[in-house]
Amino acid sequence: MKNLMSKMMALVMVVAFMGATVTGCKNKPKDADLKTAVETAIQANPKLTASGVTVEKGVATLSGQVPDEATKEELGKAAAAVPGVASVVNNLTIAVTNVEIAADSPLAIAVKDATKDFPTVAATVADGVVTLKGEIQKANLQKLMMVLNALKPKKVDNQLVIK
Amino acid sequence: MALQEKYKELIDAATAAGVNDLNVREQEGVLYIDGASSGAVKQQLWDTYERLDPNYASGDVVMNINSVAGVVEGTKLKVTTNSSNLNIRKGPSTNDDIVGKAARHEVVTLVGKENDQWWLIKTDQGEQGYSFTQYLTPVE
Repeated sequence: MKNLMSKMMALVMVVAFMGATVTGCKNKPKDADLKTAVETAIQANPKLTASGVTVEKGVATLSGQVPDEATKEELGKAAAAVPGVASVVNNLTIAVTNVEIAADSPLAIAVKDATKDFPTVAATVADGVVTLKGEIQKANLQKLMMVLNALKPKKVDNQLVIK
Repeated sequence: MALQEKYKELIDAATAAGVNDLNVREQEGVLYIDGASSGAVKQQLWDTYERLDPNYASGDVVMNINSVAGVVEGTKLKVTTNSSNLNIRKGPSTNDDIVGKAARHEVVTLVGKENDQWWLIKTDQGEQGYSFTQYLTPVE
């Protein structure tokens, strides 16, 4: 009997829980859920960098960097289209720096500068390792190595053919 | 420790030459040697390194001996490019526009140091901008 009672209680609780969940869905979406939905909607755009989304009482505020005005508008519309978003404050800023430069690491830029005067040398940087390919005059090798070693690389993988 | 054995002569030479703040450590198959010295000592150490590892083919050393740490603003610098003129740029990178040029072996003045790679210099003609330190040698 006691066993049956507890089973009944459990059933009642499950039904009550389901009811609460269903009722919850009928309410306006929570700000936290909206935030996730807006983030998903705008982060699909690869042009957006360093984004931030806040939602308060259905008002979504967007921050972050985009390359141009068109992308800013596009993302604003995408956020506004999310069901439950009352309005959008579009605080996205338009980047003034060259995107290509910003993507390079400081080491890669420094290596590019250092090897610029050696057109027969092709240098690549990955995980701090500078890899040198191509060819170089014997007389220039030490000079190049001195400069590259001063850039604090993890290592210099010299595959140059010495002329 | 194996690398410190292989390059023992180099480490001993750096110690004997009195390299300042000499720091030698081995990590993941690379021997890192850092310190500061005169230009002559730096050259001597690099020649030793090259002899122990011909053509720097092993890739197991990163040696950063700073021979220009003590160079202060106002120091005269000689342009030591291979053959061409030295570019003077608006900012400290090769992406910045060229605002002037200094001839090979021309003497310019150090105005300030942006970093170890780029210095702000001024020519006798009054042209001012950033140049790559690789091609500037202090007049001693």
